Amino acid sequence: MTVITGSTPVKPGREWNIGWTDIGPFLALLALLLIGFMVNPDFLSTTNLGNVITRSAFIAIIAVGATFVISSGGLDLSVGSMAAFITGITIMFMNTLAPGFGTWAIPAGMVVAIAAGLLCGLLNGLIVTIGKIEPFIATLGTMGIFRALITYMTDGGTIPIDRSLREAYRPVYFGSFVGIPIPILISIVVAAVASLILYKMKYGRRCAAVGANEDVARYSGISIVRTRTIAYVIQGVCVAIAAICYIPRLGAATPTTGLLWELQVITSVVIGGTALRGGKGHIWGTMAGAVILELIANLMVLSNFVSEYLVSGVQGVIIIIAMLIQRFSK
Amino acid sequence: MLGKKWIVAAALGSLLTAGHALAADKKVIAVSIPAADHGWTAGVVYHAQTAAKEINAAFPDVNVIVKTSPSASEQVSAIEDLSASSKIDALVILPYSSEELTEPVKAIKDKGTFVTVVDRGLTDPTIQSLYVAGDNIAVGKNTAKYMIDKLGGKGDVVVLRGIPTVIDDERIKGFQDAIKDTSIKVLDIQYAHWNSDEAFKLMQDYLAKYPHIDAVWANDDDMLLGVLEAVKESGRKDIKLALGGNGMKDIVKKVIDGDAMTPVETPYPPSMIKTAIYMTVANLVGQAPVRGTVKLDAPLITQANAKEYYFPDSPF
Repeated sequence: MTVITGSTPVKPGREWNIGWTDIGPFLALLALLLIGFMVNPDFLSTTNLGNVITRSAFIAIIAVGATFVISSGGLDLSVGSMAAFITGITIMFMNTLAPGFGTWAIPAGMVVAIAAGLLCGLLNGLIVTIGKIEPFIATLGTMGIFRALITYMTDGGTIPIDRSLREAYRPVYFGSFVGIPIPILISIVVAAVASLILYKMKYGRRCAAVGANEDVARYSGISIVRTRTIAYVIQGVCVAIAAICYIPRLGAATPTTGLLWELQVITSVVIGGTALRGGKGHIWGTMAGAVILELIANLMVLSNFVSEYLVSGVQGVIIIIAMLIQRFSK
Repeated sequence: MLGKKWIVAAALGSLLTAGHALAADKKVIAVSIPAADHGWTAGVVYHAQTAAKEINAAFPDVNVIVKTSPSASEQVSAIEDLSASSKIDALVILPYSSEELTEPVKAIKDKGTFVTVVDRGLTDPTIQSLYVAGDNIAVGKNTAKYMIDKLGGKGDVVVLRGIPTVIDDERIKGFQDAIKDTSIKVLDIQYAHWNSDEAFKLMQDYLAKYPHIDAVWANDDDMLLGVLEAVKESGRKDIKLALGGNGMKDIVKKVIDGDAMTPVETPYPPSMIKTAIYMTVANLVGQAPVRGTVKLDAPLITQANAKEYYFPDSPF
């Protein structure tokens, strides 16, 4: 063992400490791909995999933010509603600018989205840290608030994006760069930046320390309030980035946008190997987790032997089995 | 002592009757509906409010009050408050759920109020004076008939269904019964929860799974929006028809514009609340008796009659 760890420093990523928790999600992903291929060879076609991974990008991007929050010992239930709310604000802003500024409304709207995400995250963070309210309750509250706001903004219907912007904005979801769909690229960049912060910067270590043991972290002079608040702000920005990629897909915000995304996000983080009680975060595991979730749903449709009534039940069983395999293979 | 009490009672009584006489100048119609939480209920709220505005302007002696509630229990409180604070002559209600609302509505009915029930029936049909509803079986049946006709009686179809409820089951049943004796084959049928995003994903999966699809039926227009986006993105040319249902304005607009893939629409119109309010008013002020059950048909919306179902100002 010592020999192996001794040889690792040669590699650039020595803190990455490869272990079962890191590999587990990727093994599960591999197994799923194999099962999928056996069930239906179309499963591995580039179109299908491209579709599925592109679709998982929103959840993946949000889940990267959630990895920070959960790693620092928090929880954010408001991400789905927040995504809908930011989508609504962004579309409304873009539509207002569209007549005067043409397609410049799109980048301007993106800036507004990020600003909105930042503020929403800050709000969550401050309620949890300064207000000292349990994250579950605090974000349950803001979840209701954001959902109500989007319902109010849409009058319960839809806010569609201006027709003149639709075509120009479309490539952000449907376009590709050197053959890779744009949302996938964005999610990889987000994950890369996030792993830089989490593994290479002081903040990342503080985050894990606060999540692992609050008291010890406090005695070591880490500001719990600051660390946790920043985690929520990162989460807010991630939600905004996801919203930016989401808007061009259907070109509208509705009261049902982002419904139950929070559960998918939390599941992705946990499948990815980050403990729900906090501690070390696994960014790339989270990414794999998001893809796994989407693949399971895809597999349910592509296979012929699961009754439409039982789909979510089988999904639940697969998730639990995947977690058990990870647990016992350690 | 006794005399004094009688005087007070008499005074109070005369005050009450005086107040009552004042209120009786205006006939009050209370409309209780679910709050807008998705496209269809948003349409209901819009049509109820439009009807109230139109009727209050047209009939000075009628006052229509619209009250929206975000849950069944709040709807119960809302109608109790309404009947407690003023005398209502008629109640038009689209119940959140049949079971929970039956008793409270019965209590109002027992006071002699005219009760119009819309869309979802109460568990005791004797409570309603008038029942107005759409026809979910016809939604499925009429869509299927058009599809059979257009595809020449044979073809491969994929179906997206909503949330497991009676509404969803009836639409699917109507569709399946209509295609039973034809060579139309349903390749697949899955839930997409009346949600555009889920429908988009499901349609992408259908497209990956089946190399040839002739037509798609999403039993609700929210889902159809997701379906159309997925088909457009795939660039597939084999899909001849993509039909929805409900009467969302974006889809009706497509019909008006003569869209090739979505040339028709089947209504389950949220405007049924408006129909119900107008009929209730007719009974109250015009002495036009309307008691009974009205089942609004789901006729095919085509380019010819689409204007009748197009509400550009409605959120739905």
